[in-house]
Amino acid sequence: MTFWIIQALNGISFGMLLFLLAAGLSLIFGVMKVLNLAHGSLYLLGGYLGLTVLRFTNSFLLALAAAVLGVTLLAVVMERTVLRRIYGEELRQALLTFGFLFIIADQALWIWGGNPQTLPKPQAFTRSLQMGTIVFPSYRFLVIAVGIVMGVALWWLQERTRLGAMIRAGVDDEEMARGIGVNTPRLFTGVFALGAFLAAVGGVMGGALLGVYPGADFEVLLLAFVVIIIGGLGSLKGAFVGGLVVGLIDNFGKALFPELALFTVFAPMAAILAVRPTGLFGRA
Amino acid sequence: MSPARLIGLLAGLLLLAAPAFLSSYYLGLLTKMLIFALFAMSLDLLLGYTGLPSLGHVAYFGVGSYTVALLSLRVVKTFWINALAGLAAPTLVALAFNLLTLRARGTYFLMITLALAQVLWGIAFGWRSFTGGDDGLPGISRPTVGGWSIAGEVPFYYVTLVGVALSLWCLSIIVRSPLGKALVGIRESETRMRVLGYNVWAYQYVASILAGFFAGVAGILFVYYNGYVGPAYLSVVMSGQVLLMVILGGAGTLVGPALGAGIILLLENFLSAYTERWLTILGIIYVVVTLFAPRGVLGVLRGRLRAGRAAA
Repeated sequence: MTFWIIQALNGISFGMLLFLLAAGLSLIFGVMKVLNLAHGSLYLLGGYLGLTVLRFTNSFLLALAAAVLGVTLLAVVMERTVLRRIYGEELRQALLTFGFLFIIADQALWIWGGNPQTLPKPQAFTRSLQMGTIVFPSYRFLVIAVGIVMGVALWWLQERTRLGAMIRAGVDDEEMARGIGVNTPRLFTGVFALGAFLAAVGGVMGGALLGVYPGADFEVLLLAFVVIIIGGLGSLKGAFVGGLVVGLIDNFGKALFPELALFTVFAPMAAILAVRPTGLFGRA
Repeated sequence: MSPARLIGLLAGLLLLAAPAFLSSYYLGLLTKMLIFALFAMSLDLLLGYTGLPSLGHVAYFGVGSYTVALLSLRVVKTFWINALAGLAAPTLVALAFNLLTLRARGTYFLMITLALAQVLWGIAFGWRSFTGGDDGLPGISRPTVGGWSIAGEVPFYYVTLVGVALSLWCLSIIVRSPLGKALVGIRESETRMRVLGYNVWAYQYVASILAGFFAGVAGILFVYYNGYVGPAYLSVVMSGQVLLMVILGGAGTLVGPALGAGIILLLENFLSAYTERWLTILGIIYVVVTLFAPRGVLGVLRGRLRAGRAAA
């Protein structure tokens, strides 16, 4: 029983990280119609930037802030200078971000080296909680909490604010949104930055949980894909539910059938794709 | 004779005579170029002709390589058996994978192809006892074909040349056939083709299986070329590289991907001597090509030619 509870908690905390990534990826796609293949790279960069700032300042909060700021700025520059030039061309944009995937991965390898590194956890969350026979690191609870808070904040932003209304309008019909006075170029920059922000938060939180290493970018990108394929593109609810499902399956898969790890995640994806090609909550 | 045919004929003659004037090092490079030219052309059948942008075309290349490697190391060394199995395996994988991928459209198609290829990478990387894991499988010797050893650079070059030329011949027949025309029609407008009574799904399915088959041919040649197979054969970097070859050269043609393969491999060969940051360069080429030359080198050349004619 203990094994199941601990693995479930591990799965949920990982699922929250995947949710952060998938929510950004999904939001960017929903509004801008861009499949950002460099999304995992933003996560990786967030982790590495956090690591460096932590080394100098010993403050987790400062590291988080710096990483988020750095990655978001980079995303704004990327969107303004490059992506903007070819809006409306899905494949070209995806290929463009594919280029960034390689550039960022290679530069990160150059700067931070090839060895896996782990961010030190924040001081208040280094201990483990004990409940009966179950011992569980408190940091994992922090990750779960951050995921839930972000989820609620995103929901509130989307459903209850003026910006959210603009985002929803952009998802439904970008041209109409422009017609009724939404400044879509600025909205696009904002949405891309928001996605990058979420990825960077994920990177720092994940960096202390799983470590940062070359290849982590692509690993999380793929799992975020699976989340989106299961949950449906452009759906916040889909990203949340999908994140939990994939987090749990991945974790139990790795624990029970270590050699088939990827298989256990991709099998349900294939099944869902066969039944509902647009995902559980996605719209066609 | 049209200028295009003349250029083709000259290129063919040059390729035939290449061993006479190239050192064995450059002959090796040329062999690799031929293999990747075929790999890129097979992807272009999907991307350029049918309009299906697969990010996971390495799956078939890698399965071809691994099948030959595993068989020749563990079971038999007979060339024909290995080659046939090496062709059958990627074709079967294509049969299975594309039942799934073709359920998806547009962005979903990009994601699902990338994800499926990564499953195979995961198996190659994780299943140490079977695939050798990260270390891969070294020591695959080049076989004897009809009592004739092709271990040397020159015989292997000719075998590759024959294999690639035969494949190119098949591919050029395919793209000029009614099937090929229908694929281009589907690329331009699926709806219109459906209205005209074409079973769009069936055409796409056939195209993706053919593309998988020819990628498998390239995979078989490459495993004999290197004498080694590893997870890199199934990696996203390989996927990215071959996709870039297609786009850089010019999608929607057979010459374009071959040209792209030549350019990328030449660049890799020369730049790797000066810098370890090849991936960064690859990424930069990606960005530059997608931004400024989406129709590739061939598109730019054609544009020039047309502009020249218009001026004259």
